[in-house]
Amino acid sequence: MRVEAGLSNGTNIVKFDNVGLRYGTGAETLSDLSFSLRHGGFYFLTGPSGAGKTSLLKLLYLAQRPSRGLIKLFDEDIVTMPRKRLPGFRRRIGVVFQDFRLVHHLSAFDNVALPLRVAGVDEKDLQGPVSEMLAWVGLGHRASARPATLSGGEQQRVAIARAVIARPELLVADEPTGNVDPEMAKRLLHLFDSLNKLGTTVVVATHDLHLISSIGRSEMLRLDRGQLLDPTGALRHPPRRADA
Amino acid sequence: MSPSPRSFGAADRRLLPEGRLAGPMPWVIAIMMFLTVLAAAAGLGLGGAAASLGAGLGNRVTVQILEPNPDRREAEAARAVERLRRMPEVESVRRLSPDEMADLLEPWLGSGGVEADLPIPAMIDAQLITGASADTLRSPLAAAAPSARVDDNGQWLAPLGRLIAALKWLALGLVALMIGATAATVVLAARAALDTHRATIEVLHLMGATDVQVARLFQRRIALDALFGGFVGFGAAALALLVIGERIGALGSDLLGSANLPATSWLALALLPILGVGLAMLVARATILRALGRML
Repeated sequence: MRVEAGLSNGTNIVKFDNVGLRYGTGAETLSDLSFSLRHGGFYFLTGPSGAGKTSLLKLLYLAQRPSRGLIKLFDEDIVTMPRKRLPGFRRRIGVVFQDFRLVHHLSAFDNVALPLRVAGVDEKDLQGPVSEMLAWVGLGHRASARPATLSGGEQQRVAIARAVIARPELLVADEPTGNVDPEMAKRLLHLFDSLNKLGTTVVVATHDLHLISSIGRSEMLRLDRGQLLDPTGALRHPPRRADA
Repeated sequence: MSPSPRSFGAADRRLLPEGRLAGPMPWVIAIMMFLTVLAAAAGLGLGGAAASLGAGLGNRVTVQILEPNPDRREAEAARAVERLRRMPEVESVRRLSPDEMADLLEPWLGSGGVEADLPIPAMIDAQLITGASADTLRSPLAAAAPSARVDDNGQWLAPLGRLIAALKWLALGLVALMIGATAATVVLAARAALDTHRATIEVLHLMGATDVQVARLFQRRIALDALFGGFVGFGAAALALLVIGERIGALGSDLLGSANLPATSWLALALLPILGVGLAMLVARATILRALGRML
């Protein structure tokens, strides 16, 4: 089954070819996935709970290697890539985890600054961008707060700020607006949209149809029981909201 | 793609919570270091005693002139001293004076002095060169002084020397075992720290942190723990050694006194905590890198 989410114009940033993923000795969680994502594209990944969305995202942000098949990321085969080369690729990917995965003993500021520190950015060079990003997600006044003192929505915004602070080439978000109010969801999506317009390829896993319809140029990947639906690509483009 | 940074810079200290001295690790290392320093001090002290025994006493012979006639005894003693001085195996020769003989005999004969008609053998103390055997003296001395008897100090000191050498190697073996136990403790502590901070490490990894970056965080923590434990253990052991040294000094024994530690030995002992920190860092790094290598 092949879904060409990325069309011929522009280079592909991600290419899956007959990919399968199995945890342990169980049945395959993902089967026969073949698709490509265009550089600069905006993609929504949808499907019912248990369809394998999070597993697919894990393959995208290099938390898992597939059990079979070929995955090319940034034009390199990451299935056989030596482990020591993976960190360099991961620094090009921003991730919003479904469970946020904030570091609980660090402040909101330090959590957002993590990707920059991992990349070796000087302390003096990260103060401005991190403060600006926190202000953008409405948390400028909570910079020194620990995650435990933040609400679910605030934690989610910190997680999103952390994912985008380093201007990743690929942004992967797992239900990024699940815990925020509609106004903040719209604001965060606008942030993703802005990044996308600057060239970042965005993949958002979500159930939220409103979210899907709000980005006019987005494309959709539908996953069900570990397989991509819509082999013909006819349903690839999501319905548009009247105000989109 | 930018080259992989090797640390998180100034943020190193914040990325793992600093529960300094909260866990048992520094105290376990302190105990290990205390025992290691004591064992090493015993090894060094016994080594010094063995060397002193070999150089000071083991190479010495005592020649007794047993002739009962005082005139002939005197003549034989003079010939024996003369003959010994001409032998290449002999480094130095000294005849014990009547006063020294009286001092030696005082515990048995009292302080009244030695009776003139009491036949006391003449005694000659000879220091041999290293490796020389007392047996080579017997024949030339027999010709010069027929009543001469050669007592080889090395012969009766040999069992004691072997015991001291065995104890020295036992002490050094204990040091090696303590180093192994310390390394094992660090391995366990590093694994425990990894498990405690697994969530943080996973996040750092997924953001592109390299194994070396992550390992440096743990190295730093474990080095600080080892530094604290090492110096507490060393301090306690040094105190114990000073007290023991004072007690030994009060005994006035030459042999026990020779086991006292010279400045170079103290310097070697002072290096142990520093070596301990280095060992802890290396073991922690190897353990962490090995564990991280099993992650994707």
